[in-house]
Parts: sequence; structure tokens; C-alpha cells
Amino acid sequence: MSTEVAEVEEQAVALKVKEPAEPLLSKRRRRIVSDPLNEDNPITVQVLGICSALAVTVQFKPTMIMSIAVIFVIVFSNLITSLMRNIIPNRIRIIVQLAIIATLVTLVSEVLKAYSYDMYKILGAYVGLIITNCIVMGRLEAFAMANKPYDSILDGFGSGFGYAWIILVVAFFRELFGGGTVFVGTPLEFDVYGSIGGLLGTPLQTNGIMVDSIGAFMLLGIIIWIQRTKNGYVEH
Amino acid sequence: MEAINIAIKAIFIDNMVFAYFLGMCSFLAVSKKVKTAFGLGLAVIFVLSITVPINWLIQEKILKEGALAWIGVDFAALDLTFLQFIIFIAVIAAMVQLVEMIIEKFSPSLYGSLGIFLPLIAVNCAILGSSLFMVQRDYTIVEATAFGFGSGTGFFLAIIALAAIRERLKYSHVPNGLKGLGITMLITGLMGLAFKSFIGVAL
Repeated sequence: MSTEVAEVEEQAVALKVKEPAEPLLSKRRRRIVSDPLNEDNPITVQVLGICSALAVTVQFKPTMIMSIAVIFVIVFSNLITSLMRNIIPNRIRIIVQLAIIATLVTLVSEVLKAYSYDMYKILGAYVGLIITNCIVMGRLEAFAMANKPYDSILDGFGSGFGYAWIILVVAFFRELFGGGTVFVGTPLEFDVYGSIGGLLGTPLQTNGIMVDSIGAFMLLGIIIWIQRTKNGYVEH
Repeated sequence: MEAINIAIKAIFIDNMVFAYFLGMCSFLAVSKKVKTAFGLGLAVIFVLSITVPINWLIQEKILKEGALAWIGVDFAALDLTFLQFIIFIAVIAAMVQLVEMIIEKFSPSLYGSLGIFLPLIAVNCAILGSSLFMVQRDYTIVEATAFGFGSGTGFFLAIIALAAIRERLKYSHVPNGLKGLGITMLITGLMGLAFKSFIGVAL
């Protein structure tokens, strides 16, 4: 009898194992990536990571470097936390998460210092401040602590790109209105105000407020307005 | 005198929130009521005034290139600057924990009013940011303390002012898409414009 039961159980286990694995990009997983891009955007909807979103967005190029750094840190801290999620004691999880993030940020900062020293100087303290970027902590707390490594990586990419596209849009407009140029320092560099001014015969005045912090607040406010109106999201 | 100048500059001219965008997360999230904003602001002043001098000591006596010379000649060549982030954040987290325990022991009423804001401060970028700025600007310990206090006070003023405005905002008709975060960003921008007027103050 008992062997029979054991056999049945074994079969059940075998069946469970043979259950087809979830496809690499199932619908659920696609949503993990696509949600933070628009409907659940970390900046405009969840209100996380605003500090660095505004501080580095005076020009397009440093913003791009910052986005890459943040995406790297989110993805890998998500992965590491997810791998360790079952051995991290609940009481000290915050400090463990901070240690993971701080290690990754130190890595990013050392690499920047070694290979792109001028960018390191421009970004300055804000690279270090990725540690306290609430998006990273938020994703670890809300997702990586409870999900498998692969899903956590996807979630990291989703949130990272959701953050990146907003700050890139802010940076594009701040640079355009504040400096009169687009993509300075990249191959696509173009002096918009200079060439329009040349066509009109009078130099155009750039708007100093856009270079300042005030312009960033206003621009982000307007982007949030447009995006939320489009999505029909209302905060109560 | 220099220290007082640095403190005043940190409060008004180089305000953490309006000039450097630091501490925005809690600035936006905890500014719905003046009372809670007041509690968070006080806690930030407190923690900043403690952590900036402590991190200054650690930077000058342990992390900086050649800072370990006081142990022995062999250590003089060590440069531990790459450990800066991880040590600073550990100090901040530990200090916040310590402050929380001390307040709980000696003033339960203050502890009750600060509530959950104390642990939140560990991940407030204004705290880590101040320590990093302090290193960048080569302050002395007195200046660093003044800077920490000034930054905290600047944050305190900003968050209370915003909370007061948001309390009044309940009675106005804001377009649906702007409700909440959107209008708050625009208000912050306008407040930043007002704080810009302090630039003319000669110190």
C-alpha cells in the first residue's frame, strides 16, 4: 500500500516538474517590463527617485550616463537581492539592501572615474546619491524580496527604463531651452538656437531659468500633467 | 564667523531642496500636513547636525589618502576613499537607529510624534548628500557642523512652507491630471523662484 502511495506521489511530483516552464517572455513577464514605462512609471506615478531625476538633467549626455548607471544598479541589485532573498533575515533587510546597493554604486563610480573622468566630475556627488535613490530601494523592497531572479531582472529593466525616459525627456527640453542646443557632446550635437538665429538674422535669447532648478521643477510638473491626463490617472 | 555664513548660505541660498533637489522624495511624500512635516523637519535637522561632523571625522581620520598616518608610517600611503559611500551610509543608518533609540528612551512623546519618520530619514538623500558635499568642499569640522545644521534647517523651512500651501490647496480647483504630484512640482518651482531672491544677499 505504502509503496503505491509513494508511487502516486512520485508521479504527481514528476507531473509537476514536467509542467511546461513559463515562456521566457510570457504575457505576465512582458507586463513586468512594460508597466513601469507608462502606467506605473516610477517618477510620474509612484513619485520615487525625483532627486537625481532633476539634478543631472541640465544636459543630455550626463543624463544618459546617469540613466545607464541607474539601470545597471537597479538590475543587479534586484538580481542579487532576489538570489539572497531567502537567507536575508527580515529584521536587518534594509541594511543588507543598502550594503548591496552601496557596493554596486561604488563599482559604477570607480568605473566612471577610470574611464570617463570628465563625466565623473560633472555628475559629482549625484553618482553616490544613487544609493539613496528611492526607486532602487523601492524595487528591492517591493519586488526582489518576493520574486525569482529572472523576474527581478526584468522588473529592474522596466523600472530603470521608466526612470530613464522621463529624465531624458526633461534633459532634452532643459538643454534646448536653456542652452539652445541638443545632444551636446554626442555625435548628434546640434546648435538649434544658433542656426534658427542665423536664419532670422537675429540671435535668439536662451532661457536661463531652464538651466536653473526652477525650470526642472516646472518641466517635470508639465510632463506629469500631460502623462496623467493621457492615462486618465487621478491622484486623490 | 565663516561658520555662520556657511549655515546661512545652506539655509537660504543653497537650499537643499530648491538648489540641489535633495530629499525630494520625503519632501513630496510627507508634506500633506504641517504637523507631520514639522516632525520630519525636526528629525532631519537633528540627524544632519550629528552625521555630518561624524562623517567628517571618518573622512579626515580614516578614509582620506594618508589619513591613517596616525596609526603608523606603514599606513600613511593607504587611500580608502573608495569605501566612502558604503561607510557613510552605514554611519547614517547606525546614527538614525541610535537617535531613534535615545529619543524613545528619554522622550516618548517626541518619539510618538516623529513616529515612522525617523527610520525613513536613513534613505533621505539630503542626509547622504550633505556628507558628500561636505567632502567636496573641504570644510573644517566647525564649518561641517554648521553646514549640517544649516542644510537641515533649510529642508525644515522648505517642507513646512510646502505643507502649509498644500493644506490650503484643498480648497482650490486643480485640473485632474495636475492633482497631487503635478501641482506640487509647479508650486515647488515657484517657491524655488522665491528662494532665488536670497542670492543677492552678500555674505
